[in-house]
Amino acid sequence: MPDARERQRGAGLGAGPKSARRRREDRQIRLLAALATLIGVVALLVLLLDVVADGWRYLTPHFFFNFASRFPERAGIRAPLLGTIWVVGLTGILSFPVSVGAAIYLEEYAPRNWFTTAIRTNIANLAGVPSIVYGILGLALFVRFLGMGRSVLAGALTVSLLTMPMMIMAAQEAIRAVPRDRRLAAFGLGASRWQVVRHQVLPYALPGIVTGAILALSRAVGEAAPLLMIGYLTFIAFAPAGLGDPFTVLPLQIFSWITRGEEFRGLAAAAILVLLLLLLGMNVVAIVLRNRFYKGK
Amino acid sequence: MTSPYGTEASTDRDRSLIRSGTRQVKERVVGALFAACAGISVLVTGGIIVILLSETLGFFSDVSLLEFFTETRWTPLFREKHFGILPLLTASVQVAAGAAILALPAGLLTAVFLSEYAGPRLRSVLKPVLEVLAGIPTVVYGYFALTFVTPALRAVFPGTEIFNAAAAAIVLGIMVLPTVSSLSEDALRAVPGALREAAYGLGATKAEVTTRVVVPAGLSGVIASFILALSRAFGETMVVTIAAGNSPSLILNPLESIQTMTAYIVQVGLGEASGGTLEYRTLFAVGMTLFTITLAMNWLGLRIRSRIGGGGHARR
Repeated sequence: MPDARERQRGAGLGAGPKSARRRREDRQIRLLAALATLIGVVALLVLLLDVVADGWRYLTPHFFFNFASRFPERAGIRAPLLGTIWVVGLTGILSFPVSVGAAIYLEEYAPRNWFTTAIRTNIANLAGVPSIVYGILGLALFVRFLGMGRSVLAGALTVSLLTMPMMIMAAQEAIRAVPRDRRLAAFGLGASRWQVVRHQVLPYALPGIVTGAILALSRAVGEAAPLLMIGYLTFIAFAPAGLGDPFTVLPLQIFSWITRGEEFRGLAAAAILVLLLLLLGMNVVAIVLRNRFYKGK
Repeated sequence: MTSPYGTEASTDRDRSLIRSGTRQVKERVVGALFAACAGISVLVTGGIIVILLSETLGFFSDVSLLEFFTETRWTPLFREKHFGILPLLTASVQVAAGAAILALPAGLLTAVFLSEYAGPRLRSVLKPVLEVLAGIPTVVYGYFALTFVTPALRAVFPGTEIFNAAAAAIVLGIMVLPTVSSLSEDALRAVPGALREAAYGLGATKAEVTTRVVVPAGLSGVIASFILALSRAFGETMVVTIAAGNSPSLILNPLESIQTMTAYIVQVGLGEASGGTLEYRTLFAVGMTLFTITLAMNWLGLRIRSRIGGGGHARR
């Protein structure tokens, strides 16, 4: 706001002692706000440097291809990497269609009454439930009650429960951004509601929906607590081959190495680097998609 | 006099009538399908409540509510069992409060800087940095707490235990700082420009406009951001499990090991407590307590936020 800044200099500050105090106070607040902003920036830098310093020398090709091992120098992340792909892929398959359907219902179909308002509030509240609570739910419902055991499917279903609220809200936002005129014009030509959704709303909103879904899935990639409840085995030296197999994922492997002792810390840091790079990749894809979409409009 | 197009027109109409009949059926089916998708969210909430509640009721048939809320020891995994939630509850409160001491003022000041002081170019650098900070997985924050913050604390306070509340609280503070700054910034940016103009017109300095006009005007949004951030710190699992330890105690020394509600849940989850036992049911009693408290905080935060109309409004 350069105009405001000029105005501030021109404001009625004279040369008296009171004006000097006000000027000093003005500078102090500005400095304080700038310093506070630095806390976040510095924390991020220190965190990244800490992880890189501890982990970079473990990032060798065989770190990616080896399974876990009792010997730090031979251990790798093959099992958790493939496990992450299984769980997150399945989570995407399970949660994406349902989330988009729910968002379409809420934005295009739902009448404005107390019931749909309750659903909306409910979804926003679900997004704030601590992830460990979903872990308890997954353990009781999928692992125990439905007898899925500590399997890929139980893990993906549990993670789906907590990604869905985020995905629904992102899809709702994308659908809400579709101009009203488009819908009205199509309705005016005699299109039915489903035709409007299918030919006007969805094509326009799809890039936004996909971007939101990728971001929600990137939260799932980093999620550890609920999977700790349903799938944690300390030592997994194989990749899952089917939905019923036990699994591990990158965050669980990191947790395992952190708690295993000093000599495994470097491995934990290296796996963190891989996890962060994976998240970075997903975010870049999402951002590119979003930018391309907005450039097109 | 029949129109040469008469028969054709009527078959056309018939066809379109038939078509609109199937069209209506299709419309109904599709609509019901979408409604079912939205209904799943209600089922999930219902599922959480039913499962937590049924096992919690089972728990309270063995342990009295009075003991649960007044007993000061929590030792369900020992031979001599005590079931007092207080040590876990105070630990969660202690860690969240510690995080708040760092995150609330720093987050609000960051929001002030972004909304009132930073130019568009600086903002376009700072916003993504904070978004990255918000996107870092919690297990990574746990690693940071244990391998960086704890050694740093031990260098300053040599008596610090390896697992301690302070390291977890500091890191949780960093973790929820972006929540405070981004939601507060939305609230501050939603304050109408005319209010700022009026204050400048009266000769106020930038600092005076910010502290006496903008922040008070956006206060409910700022408070909502505080509540939502606190609730996140309160319900966080990995950082406290990795860095704060597993020893439930009522002692409020930030340099000592504690056990939060979430860390206890993980401890039981990692063990093989079989279904139906009292140990297994503690999981649900603690989970229910955690769920109720965070739900109340989120509900309050979201309510305040929706009352002020959320963020995203242009400034002028």
